This record gives sequence, structure tokens and C-alpha cells, in this order.
Amino acid sequence: MIPELGQLALILALLLAVVQAVLPLLGAWVGSRPLMAVARPAAAGQAIFVALAFLALTYAFLTFDFSVAYVAENSNLSLPWYYRIAAVWGAHEGSMLLWMLILNIWSVALAIFSHRRLPEVFAARVLGVLGMVSSGFLLFSLFTSDPFTRLLPMPANGRDLNPLLQDPGMVAHPPILYMGYVGFSVAFAFAIAALLGGNLEKQWVRWARPWTNAAWAFLTLGIVAGSLWSYYVLGWGGWWFWDPVENASFMPWLVGTALIHAQAVTEKRGTLRAWTLLLSIFAFSLSLLGTFLVRSGLLTSVHAFAVDPKRGLFILILLGVVIGTSLLIYALRAPRITGGKPFAALSRETLILILNLALTASAAMVLLGTMFPLIGEALNLGRISVGPPYFGPLFIVLMAPAIVLLPIGPFARWGKGDKREIKRVVIHCAAFAAVIGIAAALMLWQRSSSDLRLILGAVASAYVLRGVTMYAAKRWRGVPRGRRYPAEMAGMLLAHLGIAIFIAGVLLSESLSVQRDVRMAPGQTQTVGSYEFRFDGVKQVQGPNWTARQGTITVFDASGDQVAVLHPQKRTYAGGRVQTEAAVDAGFIHDLYAALGSPLDASAASPTGGAWSVRIYDKPFVRWIWAGGVLMMLGGFVAAADRRFRIKRSVADETSTHVAGPLPRGAGDTEAST
Amino acid sequence: MSRTGRLLPLIVFVALLALLGFGIVWSQSHLPREVPSPLIGKAAPAFDLPRLNTPDEHLTKADMLGQPYLINVFASWCFACGQEHPVLMAYASKLGVPLVGYDYKDKPADAKAWLARHGNPYHMVIADRSGRTAIDFGVYGAPETYLIDARGIIRYKHIGPLTPEIVRNELAPKIATLQQEARS
Repeated sequence: MIPELGQLALILALLLAVVQAVLPLLGAWVGSRPLMAVARPAAAGQAIFVALAFLALTYAFLTFDFSVAYVAENSNLSLPWYYRIAAVWGAHEGSMLLWMLILNIWSVALAIFSHRRLPEVFAARVLGVLGMVSSGFLLFSLFTSDPFTRLLPMPANGRDLNPLLQDPGMVAHPPILYMGYVGFSVAFAFAIAALLGGNLEKQWVRWARPWTNAAWAFLTLGIVAGSLWSYYVLGWGGWWFWDPVENASFMPWLVGTALIHAQAVTEKRGTLRAWTLLLSIFAFSLSLLGTFLVRSGLLTSVHAFAVDPKRGLFILILLGVVIGTSLLIYALRAPRITGGKPFAALSRETLILILNLALTASAAMVLLGTMFPLIGEALNLGRISVGPPYFGPLFIVLMAPAIVLLPIGPFARWGKGDKREIKRVVIHCAAFAAVIGIAAALMLWQRSSSDLRLILGAVASAYVLRGVTMYAAKRWRGVPRGRRYPAEMAGMLLAHLGIAIFIAGVLLSESLSVQRDVRMAPGQTQTVGSYEFRFDGVKQVQGPNWTARQGTITVFDASGDQVAVLHPQKRTYAGGRVQTEAAVDAGFIHDLYAALGSPLDASAASPTGGAWSVRIYDKPFVRWIWAGGVLMMLGGFVAAADRRFRIKRSVADETSTHVAGPLPRGAGDTEAST
Repeated sequence: MSRTGRLLPLIVFVALLALLGFGIVWSQSHLPREVPSPLIGKAAPAFDLPRLNTPDEHLTKADMLGQPYLINVFASWCFACGQEHPVLMAYASKLGVPLVGYDYKDKPADAKAWLARHGNPYHMVIADRSGRTAIDFGVYGAPETYLIDARGIIRYKHIGPLTPEIVRNELAPKIATLQQEARS
């Protein structure tokens, strides 16, 4: 009964989504206030029904309702309750439901916050566009991916949630990532509404900025969580693999990063209007494309399409309609005249433009690499995959100019930068980077290693770090207390600091990591880096729905003191699938990481265990990678919270949309300070 | 900005869409996917694996020489194998060649229970618990089906579940050819 109610809720949500899409847009078109006023209640109603559907599916999981095919496929009687909740979004149908739930959360948040802050016509258009997107996905869900389909006869027990997903990191990862993906729909809806309205060439950007920043911050956190998860669960010690699913989340992130910078330019200076519109469309399009690539399995899994070809076709059509229509609207209605204030060759605008080029080129590079197997197939060259050797170096080359310019960005003023000051900044940063670089070179020489990535990482990180601290210090000295670091600027500094930490983490951990794949019998020791790892054998342990062979590895430092005890596991889940759980002793300076391979002799089957193949890493600075990501995320949220974005505007002010009013000085206006 | 400039994103997107559409059509016409196997036309790797039900007895490549036979890679944990199973049950006896089940990375108890529940279409089942021999075969994922001729050469490989259409249109003609070869 409950699953049928869930299905009914989805159908009602679809009807309301269509209402939310059609009536307000029509109202905005003919200028009818009653029609526009439908937007908010329709959005609220739709959200309630989608939430009910989501709860119905959750309920089916919690009550082991295996008569629902999706529940039977993704859970079983021994799955603990928290993973039964996570199983709701553990596979295709439920992920789509989660996607729609999050779209509705954003819509409702927008409906609430836009009240009396945005012109009614504009808000109606924005909510209408979101309704369109939502209708498309609800149709998709109901016609091709109904999570409530019954399975008759009902099996006595279900299969299992993919053990890869039975991990705390994976419980949180999809919702956070979707908050980011779907959050770009708001910026998208703003851009389309602005294009449809035609008279809000730059005001919409100010309203869109906090939403874009928040979505970007969620996406950043989602990617960090995914990366951490793969580090712990996949047992390869890696944190990024350039696989299609990761690329699918990385492309919107790259374009989203370009977008938040372009929005700043358009908001403050009025330039780059068309570009900002286009990036808003791109960011969301890439989110949709990411969803398509992941959900269709076109590039990743072997049999996904064999299961239901309808799905791939439907989502492709959806993609074509949503993105095609928006790009057509863009082509027809994008601003014809380049507006805004002029800027010199050396100015913050130019620097942000270069950053934008670097980021979009990187996104295009990732897209090309991800689509490569398909392109090869289309040109009859066979299925060619490109991997890290393609992505890694190209990404570094494309982003290098942006890193070089990063410290200068905040110092360069809008319109025209101060050459003398910029020269001073560059010299300071380069000198500091050179000192650190020499220290790194000495360290390299001492280790008699020739991995130049160590020097590159140290230099780049020091260079960026010095730039960020110099700007923070300049504000500290030059601006009276209380106005030194408005939220928008604090966010920028945090995110840029995050980049310095991230670069250090990536290049230092890549160059300094030591890895050993060894055969270890109980009692045997192995030296890795400056540490000694002692294998103390394997015993059997029992989890809620798995049994595992758990190794004990004790780690000693050079002076013989015990520094860590690691317990890597080889789990066998109730469904029969085997899963490696690496053990990590996380630290500020480095991680000690151990994963169990496989038993190597017959006695390993005995409870005390024999020899195993063991994978051991000493990974210095690896945690800095995620710390950098977390700082970027914080930067996004802090900037989104800037009070300047939340100023209520009077009705009279709202309607005077043709004239670009003077920007409020002070708070976030960075050029006002110097 | 010129009109073509503003149309450019749309044009690029349409090209991308065409590529994705091609991907779908392609994966349909190649359903299930054929990854060109470098092993086709080459000698099958030597194998020596225990029988599932009598682990003391081994089956080797040499035992099978002299007749064409099919190897079907399956596992109890494999969802698509469950879809394929009814097809094997229906056609195994009509193929005219022995069908060897290759239990891939599976616990013997699970595999036995699975076959007991769904029926056993195989003439014999060999078990590769570690999956090491499967690497030599280039196993890509379960289910997979290999057709090996009387001289021990892989002649055909199918990745993904067999369907009645594939059995009738691809597998059966290939088997007929091999049987003719063996007779002549």
C-alpha cells in the first residue's frame, strides 16, 4: 500500500511541477500577477509530494518490503538500519528520487528567500524554469525508473546493497554531491529567467551569486567526500583516478569555479555578461551530463544499457531538450552589446578572464578525455580509453597560468591594476617560493631522489600561500577594524589558501609516498620509509552483516617507539561479496596506510592466519589534499553568506531594472579599500 | 558578438548529443557489447581447474581436445547471470556441444546452492575461486561465453548474457561451422 502511495505522490508531484512550470512563465509572459503567484504554492506542493515519495521508499527499506523490486535488489535482512536508509540512494531509481528531492529543496529555499527580495516577474520565471527541469526528471523517473515497481512473487530475502557503498563516507557522499550538482540549477534558472526577461542584463547576477557559491561549496565537499571514500575503501591508496564518474563531478566543478569568478566581474563591473550567462548554462548542463553519464552507464559499466535501453534514450532526449533549448534561448537573446565598464590589459577583469579560459579549457579537456572511448567507437578506431597519463599532465599545463596569476588577482584592481604594486607582489611571492624551492631541492638531494614534483609542489604552494598572506596582511594594515575581511573577501582568502594547501598535498604526497606490496608472515617486519611495520597475524571478526579477516599491523618509528596499530580488513558481506577495508593512521604530516591483499598459504585459512600479501604505504601530506578542499568549501559558504547579498530591496527599487543602480559601497567592495 | 558566435555553443552541444546518441545506438546494436578479443583465433589458455562438485577431480584443456565445446563463465553473485540462466536451461541440450560451466570467483557452497535453486544446464562445472585462470582467458566480467573448437582454439566470444536471439543467430551458426570442420 505504502509503495503505491509513494508512486501516487510522484504522479501528483509531476502534475504540480507542470503547473509550476507553465503557469508562472505564462503569467510572466502576459503580465498576469495571479498566474505568477501560482509559482510558490506549486513549488511547495511539489516538494511535499516528492518528500512523501522519498519517505515511502525509505519506509519500504526500513520495513524490509522485498515486494518492491528496488528494495529487494538493494537490501537484505542483515543490512543494518543506517545502510538501509543509505540504500534508498544506493542505485539508479533511488538516486533519481534523491536528485528530485534535492532539486525541490533548492526550489523551496529559493521560493522562500526570493519573497520580497526579487521582482515578482523574475521570481516567477526562475521558479518556472526549475519546474520545467523538475517535470523532466519526474517524467523520467515515472516512465523509466520507477522505484516503486513491485516484484512478484516477493522473495524471502533481498540481495544486498553494493558493499562498496556500505561505508559512512558513501552514505553522505551522494546527497552532498547532488546538493552541488542540482544547486547549479538555481544559477541556471536565474540565467534563463534573465534571458527570457531580457531587461535584467546584470542585476540577476547579484541575486544568483550566493546560490552559486553555496552550490559550488556543496559540490566541492561532495568531491572531497568521494575522494576520501575511494582512498579508504578501494585499497589502492589513491585519491583520484580520473574515471568517468569522478570526471562527471569534476567538470561542473571546473565550470562552476569559472562561473563564481565571472559572476563577480559581471556583478561589480557589468562586463562579461554574455559569458556569465553561458557559464551558468554550462555548469548545469555539465551536471546533467554527469548524471547522464553516471546513470546511463554508457562509459562505465558493462551491462547497464542492456538492462533498459529506454532509460538512456529518455535521458538523452531530456538532455537535448533542456540544454538545447537553453542554448537556443541564449543564441537568440544573449546581450548584443558588450556592456559594462572598460578595463585595461592589466586589471582584475583580465586576470579573471584568463582564469576562466584555463578552467573552461580544462573542463573541455576532461570532457574530451571522458568521451574518448565513444569518439573512438564513432570514428571506427576501436574503443580507446585515455587515463591519468592524459589527464594529469594536461591539467597541470592548462592550470599553471592560473596558479601563476593567482596571487596577483586580489591585488589587481578593477579596471586598471597598479603596475608597481603588482610587480612588488610578484617579486615577494617568487622570492619566497624560491627559498622554499631550494629547501625542497636540498631535501630531495638528501633523499637522493629525483622526483621534481616535490620541488614543483613546494614552489607552487609557497608562491600561492605568500600571495594570500600578503593580501590578508595588506587588508589588516590598510583597513579599519571591522571592515577588514567582509564575508565575500574572507571566503576568497580561505578558498585561495585551500588551493595552496591542496597543491602542496597533491605534489608532496605524490613525490614522497613510499609503497610496498609485500608478503608478510606473522611476526615479520618490513621497513617503509622511516617506519617499521610488524605484521601480527590475522583473526576473524564479525560485523552486523559481514565477517572479516582482520590483520593487525603495529608500526614503530626509527627510535623503536610504537606509533600506531593498524587493523586492515578483508570483509565478506552477507551477499557473498568481498570488500577490502584499508586501515589508515591519519596524521597532519603523513598517513600510515595498510590494506590486506590475499592469504598466501594454506595455513592462512586457520584462525591465527599464515602469510598474507600486504600493501603498506607511508603517504606524507596526503591529508592536505582534502584539507585544501575543505578550505575551498568553507570559502564558498562564507562568501555565500555575505550580508550584501541579502539586502531586502523595496518594491520601487525592484522595478527600476533598466538602470544599473550604484552598487552599495563598503562591505564587499574590494576596490573601495585601496 | 556575432550571431554565429552565439550559436557556437549550441552547435557544439548538438555534436556532443549526436555522439551520445550514437553511443546508445551502438550499444544497442552491439548488445551485449563485443569487446574485440585478441584471443579469438588463438589457442585457448591451458587450464587445470577442479570440478565444482568433486574438487579432487580436475578438468584440463587436454581433456577437452577433439571436440568443440562451450565455456560459460558464471557466478552466483552475478545478477546478469540470473537473467541468462533460463536461456541456458532452454538451449543447453539443443546446442549439440558440451557446455562447461566456469564458476568464477565464487564460493563453492554458494555456486552449488545457486545451481540447485535455478537448475544446472551444464555438462560439467569447473571452479576458479581465485580468478587466476580467468585472467588468462581475458574474462571481462560474468557472464561470458567462449566457443572453443576441437583443436583448442577460441573461435567465438560473447560478453554479457546470452539471449535466445544471440544463441539462434550467432552461436548456433558458429557451432554448425565447427561441427562441419570437425567432420571434414
